[in-house]
Amino acid sequence: MGGFAVVLSPFNLMLMIVGILLGVIIGVLPGLGGANGVAILLPLTFSMSPTSAIIMLSCIYWGALFGGAITSILFNIPGEPWSVATTFDGHPMARQGKADEALTGAFTSSFVGALVAVIVITFLAPLVAKFALKFGPAEFFAVQFLTFASFVGMGRGSAFKTLASMSLGFALASVGLDTVTGQLRMTFGTTELLTGFKFLTAVIGLFGIGEILASMEAGLAFAGTHARLRLNAVLETWKKLPAYWMTSVRSCIIGCWMGITPGGATPASFMSYGIAKRFSKNGNKFGTGQLEGVVAPETAAHAAGTSALLPMITLGIPGSPTAAVLLGGLLIWGLQPGPLLFVEQKDFVWGLIASMYLGNIAGLIIVLTCVPLFAAILRVPFSIIAPMIMVICAVGAYTINNAMFDVWMMGLFGVIGYVFNKLKYPLPPLVLALVLGDMAESSFRQAMLLSQGSLSIFWSNGLVGTIFGLGVILLFWPVISWAVAGMRQAKAA
Amino acid sequence: MRIKNFLLGVAALAALAVSPAYAAWEPTRPVTFLIPAGTGGGADQMARFIDGVVKKHNLMKQNLIVVNKAGGAGAEGFLDIKGSPKDPHKIIITLSNLFTTPLATGTPFNWKDLTPVAMLALDQFVLWVNAESPHKTAQDYLSAVKGGADRQFKMGGTGSKQEDQIITVALERLTGGKKFTYVPFAGGGAVAVQLVGKHVDSTVNNPIEAVAQWKAGALRPLCLFDAKRSTYTDKVTSTMAWSDIPTCKESGVNVEYQMLRGIFAAGGITKDQADFYVNLMTKVMQTPDWRTFMEQGAFNPTVLTGNEYRKWVEAAEKTHFDLMKEADFLHK
Repeated sequence: MGGFAVVLSPFNLMLMIVGILLGVIIGVLPGLGGANGVAILLPLTFSMSPTSAIIMLSCIYWGALFGGAITSILFNIPGEPWSVATTFDGHPMARQGKADEALTGAFTSSFVGALVAVIVITFLAPLVAKFALKFGPAEFFAVQFLTFASFVGMGRGSAFKTLASMSLGFALASVGLDTVTGQLRMTFGTTELLTGFKFLTAVIGLFGIGEILASMEAGLAFAGTHARLRLNAVLETWKKLPAYWMTSVRSCIIGCWMGITPGGATPASFMSYGIAKRFSKNGNKFGTGQLEGVVAPETAAHAAGTSALLPMITLGIPGSPTAAVLLGGLLIWGLQPGPLLFVEQKDFVWGLIASMYLGNIAGLIIVLTCVPLFAAILRVPFSIIAPMIMVICAVGAYTINNAMFDVWMMGLFGVIGYVFNKLKYPLPPLVLALVLGDMAESSFRQAMLLSQGSLSIFWSNGLVGTIFGLGVILLFWPVISWAVAGMRQAKAA
Repeated sequence: MRIKNFLLGVAALAALAVSPAYAAWEPTRPVTFLIPAGTGGGADQMARFIDGVVKKHNLMKQNLIVVNKAGGAGAEGFLDIKGSPKDPHKIIITLSNLFTTPLATGTPFNWKDLTPVAMLALDQFVLWVNAESPHKTAQDYLSAVKGGADRQFKMGGTGSKQEDQIITVALERLTGGKKFTYVPFAGGGAVAVQLVGKHVDSTVNNPIEAVAQWKAGALRPLCLFDAKRSTYTDKVTSTMAWSDIPTCKESGVNVEYQMLRGIFAAGGITKDQADFYVNLMTKVMQTPDWRTFMEQGAFNPTVLTGNEYRKWVEAAEKTHFDLMKEADFLHK
């Protein structure tokens, strides 16, 4: 418990609050993600002690995790990749004038997810670290397969449209360098396409710009304008949240597991949303503005984001891009991440863990106080706010890679998003394929190299077999539940 | 602020006193520092470390702006700096992809499009196996590969047709026609963990990528791909220091490979401008922070500037071309 004493010095507390505030701003601005934010501020910390430095940087990270949800809910623009799934129900809620409820739900579940993850880290660190070692390419592919499987059949529309949308996502994901052969694919000799399609450019365009185009057509009316400002919104929402405890527990498990293995916060949020939709009583209403649909991805994303620091500390493998930058920081401060960090640098590790507890509590208080403020943004007339969003999106798209090309791409994706909406093609499968397609392809091909082309590697041990089996069950769940229902009916008749 | 640290102040004054010749040119706006690799990797760590040292010791009036341009195995970064010739406000840190990327992907780029500034260090490669592996020496391991089935042994590495795979191909010269199954992963840290988890049989990780696992007793170093042993004699584990790892040649495996960690500026800049960066990097390398960093990563602290550096790069390009031609990695 010496860690709390380390953190509770006034200087460290100040750094913590500065970090959270910076993080929230970074999370709100699309493009300037947590990884970039931490990287930019990293050199500033070299004159601090490592403990103070990690407290400030990790607080930026918590802040960014919180902040990502704000623009997703208010404007349908995910500030961070892991808040894409939050838009599915969060934004419809804002349109119904329940932005404050959605925000409170998002922040509170983020906090719950993080808290559970920190508790796991505190008590199970050595045990859990060993588990991560069991993950080879086959296991990674099984996890990615499970994510896709939990998402298939989600759209209410035509299954063929879902498939078409997902295939387009896979095609976009394959542009750029192929890590397995080291060859460039589908770049058509242009230098701009070398990096492939940036996930954030696509998402800002498809969701944000597409949404604005649609609203403009609807006559500059933005439904959220009528948002009532309720000062007791936080308390009101808290009364509703306990009803979703099952979803929370499930999302915490998914999140912690994905953070540790390390699959990352983005797949965790998608998987959690997909599974919540499948198993919730209100599953068929998901996508229309269900609080539960905000709780699921936010809990999982924050749990994964937090537990991603565990493999970083104990194994030196980063579970997220931000963790990768923090890892660089550890080395610069003269600390060697790895199994011995817990033994050799007790102050540092326990200081970090204590800052996880306190940082998240401070973060929750700060963002919750601002809920009415954020919700009030929606009262600004659409004709004023739309151009501002456009500019912020454009700046965001530019920041990702300092390239004007990305801004044009964002515009193009905006048009695609608008057309998709008109033709009733679902966007989530495209986004999911774009974010996971690349990883799933590499893991699959690495696994095939290891097994010399034999598919049996996917049930070669208990772990991979179980995950893969779960994936197959989820994939055919609609068929299974239909068959079960059919049998019951037959019996009743 | 500047004279906060007395010693530093003295050093700065001394530098000012002897440097009127260098003071001829200075950046007039922030300098973009490109990294042709992703965040968290070896090049990224070094570039951000340099940025930190420059800021901490106030070595430059303008700021450095560190930007990752990792696309197409670094091609994005190289094409960026090639696209702004005579721009003295842009520098780039390089790794072996300076040679391998244009050769393997056919990207229209060559190091001659740039102005060489300084070699900061050479990064080492070590042949690692899991600590529970029965192979105690490099010779042992390669004999096992020779005696085993073709492609039975799995070598994990970073990227495809880059340095790790080039070393693997070089090792295959000594295994009597038996090949490794080379499995490319996205980053060096992930590769080391795959070896700890026994998903692959061996790796050629850089020291800094695997040192933590070695310290914890999960990995065993077999040999160092350098002509001489490391000069770092402080114990890393309870029994071994970097200098206790035999060279590969000593253990009968005649393969050498080291990776350039160097700085280049845009092509066609004036001598004054290039000298500014040479001077800046020299100052960075004189700091105690830099020495600690070198030791942590067991780098070979070879420093070259000017013409010597240019010659070294020329020779290294030739070596890479030959190795990649032999491995059939050249872009067709």
